[in-house]
Amino acid sequence: MKQFWKSMLRSPSGVIGLIILVLAISIAVFGPMLFPNSPWRMVQRPFLPPFTLSTVPLGTDALGRDVFAGMIFGARVSLLVGLVSTLVALVVGVPIGAMAGYFGGKTDDALMRFTEFFQTIPSFALAIVLVAILQPSIYSIVASIAVVSWPPVARLVRGEVLSLRTREYVQAAIVTGQSNTWIILREILPNALSPVIVLASLMVATAILLESSLAFLGLGDPNLISWGYMVGAGRTVIRQAWWITVFPGVAILISVLGLNLIGEGLNDALNPRLSREGR
Amino acid sequence: MLSFVTQRVLKGVIVLLAIVVLNFFLIRLAPGDPAVVMAGEAGASDPVFVKQLREKFGLDKPLPEQLLIYVKGVASLDLGFSFRQQAPVAKLIGERLPATLLLTLTAFAISLMLGVLFGTFAARFAGTFLDTAITVFALIFYAMPIFWVALMGILLFSVTMDWLPSFGYETVGANLTGLAHAVDVAKHLIMPAMTLGLFFMATYTRMTRASMLEVKRLDFVKTARAKGLSDAVIQRRHVLRNALLPVVTLAGVHSGTLIGGAVITETVFAWPGIGRLMYDALLQRDYNLLLGVFVICSAMVLIFNLITDLVYRLVDPRIEFAS
Repeated sequence: MKQFWKSMLRSPSGVIGLIILVLAISIAVFGPMLFPNSPWRMVQRPFLPPFTLSTVPLGTDALGRDVFAGMIFGARVSLLVGLVSTLVALVVGVPIGAMAGYFGGKTDDALMRFTEFFQTIPSFALAIVLVAILQPSIYSIVASIAVVSWPPVARLVRGEVLSLRTREYVQAAIVTGQSNTWIILREILPNALSPVIVLASLMVATAILLESSLAFLGLGDPNLISWGYMVGAGRTVIRQAWWITVFPGVAILISVLGLNLIGEGLNDALNPRLSREGR
Repeated sequence: MLSFVTQRVLKGVIVLLAIVVLNFFLIRLAPGDPAVVMAGEAGASDPVFVKQLREKFGLDKPLPEQLLIYVKGVASLDLGFSFRQQAPVAKLIGERLPATLLLTLTAFAISLMLGVLFGTFAARFAGTFLDTAITVFALIFYAMPIFWVALMGILLFSVTMDWLPSFGYETVGANLTGLAHAVDVAKHLIMPAMTLGLFFMATYTRMTRASMLEVKRLDFVKTARAKGLSDAVIQRRHVLRNALLPVVTLAGVHSGTLIGGAVITETVFAWPGIGRLMYDALLQRDYNLLLGVFVICSAMVLIFNLITDLVYRLVDPRIEFAS
């Protein structure tokens, strides 16, 4: 563990990514405490430009709502959706991949055809259709992002399990008569963890992008303010008020960038052999 | 070669069939009567139309029979009727398809060319300032949501500098023909295509760079050098050709994302393609049209995947077509 942090902190992208993530999480957790009022509330005249009033540093939108407050509350939605939908995707993808890799044969064939099928469907189009049909809410958004993002997890885990399965310690566990579930959970998966962690950090980034795109198209949860929604709402008045679209977009950019950097740092730290080969 | 192609086409048809079946169940996932859902909000108030739909799709019959009717319909290119737009779904999509193809293919060409170019440069000058600059730019473009890039493009090139039109396919009412028309369309195409292309360009840049650095170390490159080949020839003929393999695979994987990006890009730029059609269907909760576009998008991705598979086989010196 100590070794891990050491190498993580040695990679510059990992450090920058960690700083961004810690900042974003603290904003998401503590920010709304500093802004007790609802971000939907009108606080000033509409279209107040940024940097004119210190109480509303980033100006107001077309309905006089505080852009800065919206961004703070939006951090919560973006990060939460990103994390939870990635977790759900892992819960779906890891068992499918593990079973395919462990049992092989017909099970593997069937599960992998199923996975490939989901990978062929254009993911964003499927997410749109799912959210539209299930009606936009935080649950349908998380569910549809998970539905479109689990296949890579299954494929990655399958590959890892496939190579670990032939190792001696796994063979020994089979000989001693351990149950399949026990072997998969206790012997194989812990050793397949590091590439999954790297993939998961990148998936959170993709999920945030997906969520913001859905919200931008008007498929966000109508009760929750999010960065994508703010950009979408500011789109029609971009000629008069650039700040409504610019600032939330920067927030998305920075958090996605941070997560991608963490993914790179994790990759360097967890797969040192790969990273030394120069990327 | 031929047997490989037939095999892949057959596989594609099976996947497409599965998507159509999925579509069938998606309609039934929506709350309420499928006939009302298919008719859309407007159709719900028209009992005659709803009754027609119910008869046409046999909605009072058992589920497997309904499925059969639906699949048969799609197979004969009958994707249903859009009550909102007062036109068959297949016709609406057919009208919009060329614009989407123009946009996505242009964006794809731009992203692939620039991505491979920048990636090659970064790998060539690995560790220098140029490499760092390219890598940082690629990272940033990779993290930008497409809709935001589109809006920033409009803000910069249309609102501030007034260089490019911010929406549409051509200048409305200009009635241009021939070359003037082509130039006009090209002007409208630049921003949407660049927007859509930037994200993928970033991916290809990163992929090309990583892949070239990896191939560079392989034994056959050393052999080529030992043979006395010039650096430029080694780079081009040996390193780049092999390094392009994962890039081609990635292009296939990304075709679905490209279509998804087109939905966003077309929405922002009012580009009259099927992505914009999907957005309109979404706004009006026109589920029949929405699912029709979804099926066609999936079919496009399948075709694109087939093409990249074939290209892969052409580029990869190790794979020969099994005869």
